[in-house]
Amino acid sequence: MYISPSPHTHANVSVQKCMRNVLIALLPAYIASLYYFGIGALVVSLISVASCVIFEFLITKYLLKRENTISDLSAVVTGLLLAFNLPSNLPWWIVVLGALFAIGIGKMAFGGLGNNPFNPALVGRVFLLISFPAQMTTWPRPIPFNTAYLDAETGATPLSYMKELAQLDVDTTSSATALRNAASTLESVPDYLHLLTGNIGGSMGEVCAVALIIGFIYLLCTKTITWHIPVSILATVALFTWPLHACNPLTMVDPLTQILTGGLLLGSIFMATDYATSPMTHCGQIIYGIGIGVITVVIRTWGSYPEGMSFAILIMNGITPLINHYVRPKQFSKL
Amino acid sequence: MKTFRLGGVHPHDNKITAAVPFRKVPVPEEVTIPLDQHIGAPATVCIAVGDKVKAGQTIGNPGGFVSAAVHSSVSGTVKRIDRVRDAWGVYHPCVIITVEGDEWLEGIDTSDTLVKECALEPKEILDKITASGIVGLGGACFPTQVKLMPPKDCKIDTLIVNAVECEPYLTHNHRLMLEKGDEIMVGVQILLKALGIKKAIIGVENNKRDAIEHLQSLLPTYNISGYDIEVTPLKLKYPQGGEKQLIQALTGRVVRSGAIPAATGAVVQNVATVFAVYEAVQKNKPITEIALTVSGKRVANPGNFILRIGTPLSAAVDMAGGIPDGTGKLICGGPMMGRSMVHLNTPANKRTSAVVMLDESEAVRGKVENCIRCGKCVEACPMGLEPYLLSKMSKMEMYDEAEQHQIFDCIECGCCAFSCPSNRPLLDYVRLGKAQVMSIMKSRNNK
Repeated sequence: MYISPSPHTHANVSVQKCMRNVLIALLPAYIASLYYFGIGALVVSLISVASCVIFEFLITKYLLKRENTISDLSAVVTGLLLAFNLPSNLPWWIVVLGALFAIGIGKMAFGGLGNNPFNPALVGRVFLLISFPAQMTTWPRPIPFNTAYLDAETGATPLSYMKELAQLDVDTTSSATALRNAASTLESVPDYLHLLTGNIGGSMGEVCAVALIIGFIYLLCTKTITWHIPVSILATVALFTWPLHACNPLTMVDPLTQILTGGLLLGSIFMATDYATSPMTHCGQIIYGIGIGVITVVIRTWGSYPEGMSFAILIMNGITPLINHYVRPKQFSKL
Repeated sequence: MKTFRLGGVHPHDNKITAAVPFRKVPVPEEVTIPLDQHIGAPATVCIAVGDKVKAGQTIGNPGGFVSAAVHSSVSGTVKRIDRVRDAWGVYHPCVIITVEGDEWLEGIDTSDTLVKECALEPKEILDKITASGIVGLGGACFPTQVKLMPPKDCKIDTLIVNAVECEPYLTHNHRLMLEKGDEIMVGVQILLKALGIKKAIIGVENNKRDAIEHLQSLLPTYNISGYDIEVTPLKLKYPQGGEKQLIQALTGRVVRSGAIPAATGAVVQNVATVFAVYEAVQKNKPITEIALTVSGKRVANPGNFILRIGTPLSAAVDMAGGIPDGTGKLICGGPMMGRSMVHLNTPANKRTSAVVMLDESEAVRGKVENCIRCGKCVEACPMGLEPYLLSKMSKMEMYDEAEQHQIFDCIECGCCAFSCPSNRPLLDYVRLGKAQVMSIMKSRNNK
């Protein structure tokens, strides 16, 4: 007979089940990236997942001398998310380095799952972006069932066109040539159909909007995450870029294109919603989401990087403890 | 459909005995009647060893304002008055009676005939309730007469009957509503009369459709001479039966931190208490029997039982087919708030409402992992607290901070630990911290 205090029953949930749900939700986007980027996507994702798991195993066994935690699947999620944030033609050793940084510095240095203040996959990605800017910003073009890995044909991404537009000087846009330039660059931004299906350049997991949205719906249905963070990020981006677009339709793309490009969907659905690094209360989550949305648009529009999602999430990860401190849940006795 | 606003969880309700009528457990050869079956001072014994007692006879008088009388549940001879250890290792002052025949005290009506009319004055009703040892049968065991005499500054306008039964497995309230609907309605009228009000709301969770329909069909008969009784179905959510949650769900009023529920103008009584009030006032019958659900997924013959107080719980469990093989935990009460027991040789009393037997696989707690800060406990807490934070504060003995975060508001419903994916013992720590904080606050107030 067992003796314990109440409750004697438990909701059928576990860390492993939460992580498994995230992996299932990532599956459609993974299939899409295998379709568009072929062998390269397969190699990068396998190396990333395997090295994340192996590094976590080695660190828990030899450095921390603790029971290993790889069975909770969180290292697999980190590995897959890291891969999703990398171009599919990245050399394997850079991927391994990113995984080492993500797991070693981003996660285990703080004491493992739950104790990390920053999203490990993004820590790894930003480390690579700063250390290997050239390799991290050459994206292969989407060619179905591509068999090329390192030698894949590369091209510009929607975001790079958008950056080009935003950096056109307002004065020069008055000249006829510059106007024509702007118009032709605007033309090169893919249409919604391409953006939705993912037939665009970019990091391997971020391109196919439809697949990411299917994953989002799955996460909502299984109650793995709530709508608060993703919806508040997307709504903020839309509300913020709408007046910018209205004032300057030549140099700013419309809000929907903003939402469908770059890592915005991947970030808001899968990265910003990371349990450990996002606020505990729904109200706090909305503040956090608004913060990410604003910072992303600011970096995209006025910053020097074409994409600001990773930085925005990491900055708001840093502010999360503050949000948790000031934004308390509504107490019953104060209803 | 109404429900409470904050938090809550949805455990599987497992109401496997909802369709099983009450069965009477035979009177045993000997009963052990505790004198402290209620919150407050234990009853003071008023009989001596060797005395002959009849069923329904008072054996203990209330030991203070917050206390309740205790009655013999059988007829026979007082064998011993002694301290007896219960299934949790706690000693209780008890009266042990050897059973001889089954003779009831004169004036007690043990028949099933319904007595509708009640000509007593409110004061007389309260006296009868006090004399019959009635306490809240929803688990808290707070003496009922005290609850019916709220402080002068509380203006009572509504009686709430708690027929929620939100604990998984438990069905005896459900059966009571089906089998004793009329008696409950008369009981409600008596309580309304005692409180001097007309408005009553019976809150029932919507998984008891037949009970809701049955009670609603009785309303026209009893909503006469100004009585305004209402049966309200509630959306399924645990812990709806918590007093604060139920008041909020039914009336929208909120019990403030540290205030008594009566401050909202509502008095809450459990449906089993209402039935006990009916029996006490209309039939002169004190609490001598209690209802008990014996259930579990593998129990051979689970059901609802009526036991004389003092009968060992094992008698009812034996009638239900005994403890099945592979049972890992015996719970007195429901799986969310009940207490696990080591054995069943403990007397049934006003505090016991169920014996639930869990399989070994359900009984073992999962492996504790790191808190992943998912916020599910915050989402689940019906009091709007932050269990992850409170448990950490309790563990680190940060009692000042825990007090600032209102740890004393915790109702110990278990929603936090229930919903934690990392199997963290959140409530265990919060309970410890709450006890510490409450005693610190008490000693501060005494200075």
